[in-house]
Amino acid sequence: MKIAVCIKRVPDTETRIRIAGDGVSIDETGVKFILNPYDEFAVEEALQRREKAGAGEVVAIALGPDAAQETIRSALAMGADRGVLLKADRIPADALAVAKALAAELKDGGYDLILFGKMAVDDYNHAAGPMVAEILGLPCVTAISRLELDGAKGVAEREIEGGVEVVEFPLPAVLTVEKGLNTPRYPALKGIMAAKKKPVETRPAALGAARLTVTGLSLPPERKAGRIVGEGPDAVSELVRLLRTEAKVL
Amino acid sequence: MAPRFEGVDFYDVASLLSEEERAVRDTVRSWVDEKLLPVIGQHYLEGRFPLHLVPEMAQLGFFGANLPEEYGCAGLNNVAYGLIMQELERGDSGVRSFASVQGALVMYPIHAFGSEEQRSYWLPKMASGEVIGCFGLTEPDYGSNPGGMITTARDTGSGWVLNGAKMWITNGSTAKIAIVWAKTGALDDPGSIRGFIVPTDAPGFSAKDQKGKLSLRASDTSELVLEDVKVGNDALLPKSRGLKSPLSCLTQARYGIAWGAVGAAMACYDEALRYAKQRVMFTKPIAAYQLQQQRLAEMLTEITKAQLLALQLGRLKDRGKATPPQVSLAKRNNVNMACDIAREARRLLGANGILVEYTAMRHLANLESVYTYEGTHDMHTLILGEEITGFSAFE
Repeated sequence: MKIAVCIKRVPDTETRIRIAGDGVSIDETGVKFILNPYDEFAVEEALQRREKAGAGEVVAIALGPDAAQETIRSALAMGADRGVLLKADRIPADALAVAKALAAELKDGGYDLILFGKMAVDDYNHAAGPMVAEILGLPCVTAISRLELDGAKGVAEREIEGGVEVVEFPLPAVLTVEKGLNTPRYPALKGIMAAKKKPVETRPAALGAARLTVTGLSLPPERKAGRIVGEGPDAVSELVRLLRTEAKVL
Repeated sequence: MAPRFEGVDFYDVASLLSEEERAVRDTVRSWVDEKLLPVIGQHYLEGRFPLHLVPEMAQLGFFGANLPEEYGCAGLNNVAYGLIMQELERGDSGVRSFASVQGALVMYPIHAFGSEEQRSYWLPKMASGEVIGCFGLTEPDYGSNPGGMITTARDTGSGWVLNGAKMWITNGSTAKIAIVWAKTGALDDPGSIRGFIVPTDAPGFSAKDQKGKLSLRASDTSELVLEDVKVGNDALLPKSRGLKSPLSCLTQARYGIAWGAVGAAMACYDEALRYAKQRVMFTKPIAAYQLQQQRLAEMLTEITKAQLLALQLGRLKDRGKATPPQVSLAKRNNVNMACDIAREARRLLGANGILVEYTAMRHLANLESVYTYEGTHDMHTLILGEEITGFSAFE
């Protein structure tokens, strides 16, 4: 079983974000970058599939600057076999440009399964996975919460509003994974040491033309201070009135 | 649940670490956040070591992590090892103590003084957590003066017979083996001290938990009694010789403690800072008052100094250049600093600071033991005094 996992380097979700001087990117000074948390589930799933099959290869593929090597090493430390860095000075905002580069890398790889996190926590695009599937002409199931594989066939579950959807598909396929699909392992210390010795190939990303540009980036407005309308049972009617007329949540 | 810990790093010390060192730190950090912190308070109250965490700690490689891979260990450098200790002690000094004892006080002497058979038999079992060990040096009447010990080992030709008592032994009642230090010659000859690997189920060996501890409550501390305990010749650590052998183990453990104390201090500072920002008194968060700002500024300053100290000590150790007095300086400074920070953090937290929901008082109580064990603060003062002046002031 040969599995590709497409991963992304993103700012730590607990990092306090500052906008850079250009107004369209974040100031990376002092920002800690991590493996996109959704991609961790994808890596874990790939490793479990390889372990279950008893053989195979898990390849971690990232697109980004040199620093994305560290992200690849995280996946290798968890247990992926090798890595590929598609080098780009920065990750384009246009998901299609990214998807084209990934598809070019994946096309002749002979992968049975191509996994993505369902989205990256930095841009919330949910786009690269389905776009790659489209370019490669492969079936795509997004945001899966359960996966069964049986030979050349797979069955995935997706949690949809108020229920569960069960989807059957042939392999090879592109899947994007929801959190909760599994429990990602910690990179064990031996794995971290072993990752140093695993191969990471670097080649320039064959980016598609970017047709989107970010023209503005701003932080959410600061929350206004709260207001205490009174105390005890006497305040209830006033609170209800304000929730109705002012906050308009009732 | 508390927010994920992001570290305390005012001087971008992370940029002085390698990618692997940061990755090691992050694995232990996440594990502490997700597995240790949710349960440590309850274990502390109940006075129980969280034994159920040992298999995962072993699987992740926390035990003897700076020993070679051929024995099932992670083969990390000393800085990465130190970062493990830092992050574990951010959780709890008792849990860090467990890892220190297993790695620095049991696996290390087997590696340093053991035969190849002893190494290849015990080290993989200890790295995997299958065998837990303890270290028996201190005796009821010989703490700071271990050379005075009265535990003896008599050569019978076909093996050894051990007699004596050891006290303040971390992991004593959970251990499968004890590294026991005993005099093989006259009681006034510390040069005759040698180390033995003693199975704790040997007839005549008993371990009794020491009750009534108000510190390191999530760690087992025991008294060991050896009454005519017979072991084979293969129990002797062949390369151990004299008091300097157990002392070299202590140097390893003290090195880890110098890092661990930074972790405990970071936990207290982080908690105090978060609390100060959200706790409103009179009209504003207490963080806006000068008195609390002074507390926080002192804490951050001391942590920053201590982490740079630990890091440079680690770099020296990796080059084989760290001396025992340098380790003493770091243990002495960093633990003392952590004690001060834990106390100030507890005070900043006001009445809430005495509750187990917050960590400062647990750390504060723990650190009093850390201040005292592995060479008391005072003994390290004397070690440094001798190093500086050339005069020994021990006796």
